[in-house]
Amino acid sequence: MTRVTRFSARDDGPATRIAGFVAHLRANGFRVGPEETRLSVDALSRVMIEPETTRLALQTVLCGCREERDRFPELFTAYWMNNGRVREKIVNSAASSLEHTRTTRKGAEQSDSTGTADSPEDGPDGEADTYAEGTGKLVASDLNNLMKKDLREVVSPDDIREAEAIARRLGAAIRRKRSRRARIAAKCSGVDFRRTIRRSLASGGEPLHIIRRKPLDRPLRIAALCDVSGSMTLYARPFLAFLAGLMRADHDADAYLFHTRLVRITEALRDDDPMRALNRITLLADGFGGGSRIGGSLDQFSRTYARRFVDGRTVLMVLSDGYDSADPELISEALQRLSRRGCRIIWLNPLKGWTGYEPVARGMAAALPHLDLFAAANTLADLASLEKELTRL
Amino acid sequence: MSDWTDLQNDLEQDGYVAAPDLAMALHLSLELGRPLLLEGEAGVGKTELARALSAAKGCDLIRLQCYEGLDAAQAIYEWNYQRQLLAIRAASEAGERGAEDRLFSEDYLLERPLLRAIRQPTPPVLLIDEIDRADEEFEAFLLEILSDFQITIPELGTITATSRPMVILTANGTRDLSDALRRRCLYAYVDYPDPATERAILTRRHPEVEPRLAAQIVGFVQAVRREELEKKPGVAEMLDFAAAVAGLGVNDLNSDPAVLSVTLATLLKTRSDRAAIPPEVAARLAGKAA
Repeated sequence: MTRVTRFSARDDGPATRIAGFVAHLRANGFRVGPEETRLSVDALSRVMIEPETTRLALQTVLCGCREERDRFPELFTAYWMNNGRVREKIVNSAASSLEHTRTTRKGAEQSDSTGTADSPEDGPDGEADTYAEGTGKLVASDLNNLMKKDLREVVSPDDIREAEAIARRLGAAIRRKRSRRARIAAKCSGVDFRRTIRRSLASGGEPLHIIRRKPLDRPLRIAALCDVSGSMTLYARPFLAFLAGLMRADHDADAYLFHTRLVRITEALRDDDPMRALNRITLLADGFGGGSRIGGSLDQFSRTYARRFVDGRTVLMVLSDGYDSADPELISEALQRLSRRGCRIIWLNPLKGWTGYEPVARGMAAALPHLDLFAAANTLADLASLEKELTRL
Repeated sequence: MSDWTDLQNDLEQDGYVAAPDLAMALHLSLELGRPLLLEGEAGVGKTELARALSAAKGCDLIRLQCYEGLDAAQAIYEWNYQRQLLAIRAASEAGERGAEDRLFSEDYLLERPLLRAIRQPTPPVLLIDEIDRADEEFEAFLLEILSDFQITIPELGTITATSRPMVILTANGTRDLSDALRRRCLYAYVDYPDPATERAILTRRHPEVEPRLAAQIVGFVQAVRREELEKKPGVAEMLDFAAAVAGLGVNDLNSDPAVLSVTLATLLKTRSDRAAIPPEVAARLAGKAA
């Protein structure tokens, strides 16, 4: 018990300390408020007060998902078991890096202009070389970009608004198609007794018109994976805006960023304030504009998130140029595994819009056989024109 | 004030070995009258916990299995339309009047799990299984019931709970649950059990398996879980495996590789997982577990 934090003498008692703990969790990204404080006090009054029991009880009340539960013990120790030091030590990385980005944003921008992974490492694939002439930006590299890029510099609110409209239209395109499919598969329909009886009143209680239940409108979900490696920096703007718009327009959609790692940004993008959403992604996406490991990221996706979020009614949208530093076999295997889950795969490649483009990058060539749609997309306008293609898919 | 360890012991009496955080979550959920949301991989014993709780408390278990397209008519109540139609016909032939009062009475009401749960004389355990499979609209509906414990039937009026059920929700992570639902519930994540807990589960369920073999089985299953698999074997699979091994009269997992590879059918349930653990690998894992 000696390790238990000593609170100041002015402290009002247990309730205040718990409120302080809840605030501490909130500062670390937990979604907790006064209601949880009340519940915590209530919960603690029903268990033996002893450190381990207290931790278990508070964990039950204050955690809302697995990630929070995994972080909880550390935060608990920092607050309650810190031997008197209350404030200084408890600031967790999430909170501190938030501060950091806010205050040093200007500095970070400047260093960006020189540092966005313009470090073409001549990859193993010869094709990459031909494209590398001139700009030096189209080569996949394996380097992690440690510099933080502020996405708010890349995407403007207007972009997001425009993208939101486009995303809504694309969603509608998919929905239209889904209703047509539902009519064809109308085998599960039954009689809607409630309506039938209501209608039968008009004919003196004789159910002349049998009303059938319509089959369910089963929504298709979009899961979008966006490549933000160095070679894609030029296109990051429309794509990120599109993702942000998509998340806001369609509540079932799912979004991920990848470069050398895969990051799920769905939750962050749903933030009410579009600018704050981008700020949150900036925190998640360190390594932005660095190397790319498409195969590895897709592989990771197929093994983790896809199990939970991808099924037969998912449209998987990959936004990437296909320049990969790793083995193209990996891309092919990962896509195969994904398509076995029954989803449709769309690959949007910004380079396809170039005249004379051939999908010769090894990664792209490996992916082609597994795609349901391979289309060009450099700008928001291009994405908008996909509407027709999606309806046909 | 009954302590959470008492609950843990009670559950163990009924064959469920609960980890401390899970027992605490359940204890608080009962004490505070909040629903408990359990998340975790398939096969870690989420549904089983509800069963054990109802056995420990000696009350009914009412289960609502969620699926896509689950609606109020399936989850709460429905009028028995066929009977109503017959009654209308019978009444008109007999020339009776005032049939409509009778038509919308309890006699013609079909109770579905949620309505049944709030109308029990003693509080039952209400298990809402795989809530993430139901649609979001249904989730909103459920929230309303879970906060007020009352259901309004337009033709009958509002039905208030005679007893508040103990509510357990389970989710596999098919989709993200809404924040509103998470906030209304207490939360516990159920992990695969650690070796000691898993041994305790095994001896509880299959007392006939001798301790040395039990340790081997648990060690082997834990080793299999560490492999790269599409679907890791859960506790239920482990129990099946133990039953299979014991049923074949095996005393030592290492004694017969052929038997081991045959019994793997109870643990590995996809083709690629079978391919990932060929007989040699299985024998190696079993050797290490011993």
